[in-house]
Amino acid sequence: MPDGGGKPFVQIEGLKRHFDVSPPWLVRLLEGSGRQIVQAVDGIDIDIAKGETFSLVGESGCGKSTVARLVVGLYAPTAGRIAFDGSDIALRRGRAHDAALRRRLQMIFQDPYASLNPRWRVFDIIAEPIRAFGLAAGKADLEKQVGDLLRQVRLTPADGRKYPHEFSGGQRQRISIARALASRPEFLVCDEPTSALDVSVQAQILNLMMDLQRRFGLTYLFISHNLAVVYHISTRVGVMYLGRLVEQAPTDTLFGRPKHPYTRMLLDTIPDLDMTGRRRVPVAGEVPSPIDPPSGCSFHPRCPFANERCTVERPQLLPVEGGAVACHAIEEGRLAIEQRSYANSR
Amino acid sequence: MADVVGSVPGNAPLLDVRNLRIEFPTRRGTLLAVDDVSFDIAAGEVLGVVGESGAGKSLTGNAIIGLLEPPGRIADGEIRLEGRRIDNLPYEEMRKVRGAQVGAIFQDPLTSLNPLYSVGRQLVETIQTHLPMSAGQARTRAIDLLKEVGIPGAEQRIDHYPHQFSGGMRQRVVIALALCAGPRLIVADEPTTALDVSIQAQVIALLKRLCRDHGTAVMLVTHDMGVIAETADRVAVMYAGRIAEIGPVREVIKQARHPYTEGLMGSIPSLGHRTERLTQIDGTMPRLTEIPQGCAFNPRCRHRGRRCLVERPDLMPAGAGRAACWLHDPKGVGGAVTGELVDA
Repeated sequence: MPDGGGKPFVQIEGLKRHFDVSPPWLVRLLEGSGRQIVQAVDGIDIDIAKGETFSLVGESGCGKSTVARLVVGLYAPTAGRIAFDGSDIALRRGRAHDAALRRRLQMIFQDPYASLNPRWRVFDIIAEPIRAFGLAAGKADLEKQVGDLLRQVRLTPADGRKYPHEFSGGQRQRISIARALASRPEFLVCDEPTSALDVSVQAQILNLMMDLQRRFGLTYLFISHNLAVVYHISTRVGVMYLGRLVEQAPTDTLFGRPKHPYTRMLLDTIPDLDMTGRRRVPVAGEVPSPIDPPSGCSFHPRCPFANERCTVERPQLLPVEGGAVACHAIEEGRLAIEQRSYANSR
Repeated sequence: MADVVGSVPGNAPLLDVRNLRIEFPTRRGTLLAVDDVSFDIAAGEVLGVVGESGAGKSLTGNAIIGLLEPPGRIADGEIRLEGRRIDNLPYEEMRKVRGAQVGAIFQDPLTSLNPLYSVGRQLVETIQTHLPMSAGQARTRAIDLLKEVGIPGAEQRIDHYPHQFSGGMRQRVVIALALCAGPRLIVADEPTTALDVSIQAQVIALLKRLCRDHGTAVMLVTHDMGVIAETADRVAVMYAGRIAEIGPVREVIKQARHPYTEGLMGSIPSLGHRTERLTQIDGTMPRLTEIPQGCAFNPRCRHRGRRCLVERPDLMPAGAGRAACWLHDPKGVGGAVTGELVDA
């Protein structure tokens, strides 16, 4: 869904990131063992349009946080390309150009306790991006900007004099958001921004993020393992399993007509708070090690619909119903697509 | 309830906690972390305890298993297990109760297992501590337990070390450890928080089955309302060291009687209904040093009246359960209060 017929705002193509986790050379030599490579992200394609929220979901170890780090440039991709508003972020084109690009994309981290410098006052934490990118005309302007940012996240300018330890988890996450907004970015990568928070605080942060998106026309890449949160905040959703995208679709399609067996499994495991009597189906098995992923479709050892083809041939992501799914059973029509509804009874 | 130690009247609850107060002496004065908490658990019942971090739910669980970390201490109240007081037992006595009659499951399965011993050795040691068994018998029982908690290839896996198990399997081993001596009560503190959703469902299903098969009661401490909704018979909602509401789980989730519970339920994103905004309770839970006068929730409460500012409500009947809120008192909350609620 590109914006206005042009290119997508953020375009990820064939993105791969492998990590070498081999034992040291001497150990390998003595034990006769080979190199061990974790294929954390193994070829994914995502287009994100301006102003939308694209969410990545999956269980731990599926590579979603690695994608987040690749997109903001904390890791260099092993292969593939990430284009932000038309320019490749991995390409170095001189300091000024890189800084201009970096100003426009920022990240919000999961742990608000670890991502703020405990020795800095909140004012300095938020002022740092403004100073670094030279966005303030003098001291008075800097103070005004930081004050405005604090107000936007519903703190007060007086809070700038305090240290991070004086704030609760939710307030710290507001400070992280203010810092991310300080360089006036257009694209925010949010890696599990509410996972460390209590539910009532989570609601505050999600509401704040949606308000800010409307106000500043922000684009979000939202990483989460919580499907209910993703359902609430996203325009489109991608489901990751072992470093690959197994399904992506607009939110209502994904939750209303899930296609990939893994997506269905994830949806079945959401606790039923509405007490509709829907049974949570425990699924056998766990996510296999990404060092030695299963052959063919990596989900086949846990999949009730797997046949011989699934064990040998890796399925490609094929377009279905406004989204895309990588599953042989869906492609061959062996697996019917069912309509799901979640009773609105509460 | 009879006060005679050791005699268990037929209808007495398995666990009875009365007016429990836990305090932390600090340089700046004594902090009251759990304030006048009373509840009971019947045999075979699952009581869920929910609340935000700092509400005192884990402390209550730790007090029951006698593992309060100093300087925290029980200042008042009593805890009875099958009619016997267990809150004032000497350390060695409590050690025998813990494990034999009360089992514990903690959040992080990696830290609750000793990485240097095989799981078999840890199981056998626990079994032999509490039951008169030979090493061979204990090992057979350990294998049976591992099978029961659903570990495939238990005969081989028993000699593996904790790091050789995945997170979900490790939590199963911890559950097996808690079951070693056939306890009457299990205190499970966030047993599924560190696990992925699909594994979470497996562990919950396992806990429920064990509970049904053995008639073991469970005190399930968690912040995850979804886990409670599926598992618990009754639920206690804690706020700032006190129980705000306690009642049958369905009742509390669908028809909350305390404004805090109502807000908490509304703030959980759900698949059933997608709204523009989630309901949010502005503000945060007060720190222990700044608990307001009257009802601790009053600065964030939309229904507050003048009475809520000065008089602290105790649990009173509300619907099928009980809630600590003046809304359910015949005299009500008193006159309207002027002034703003706290902002986030």
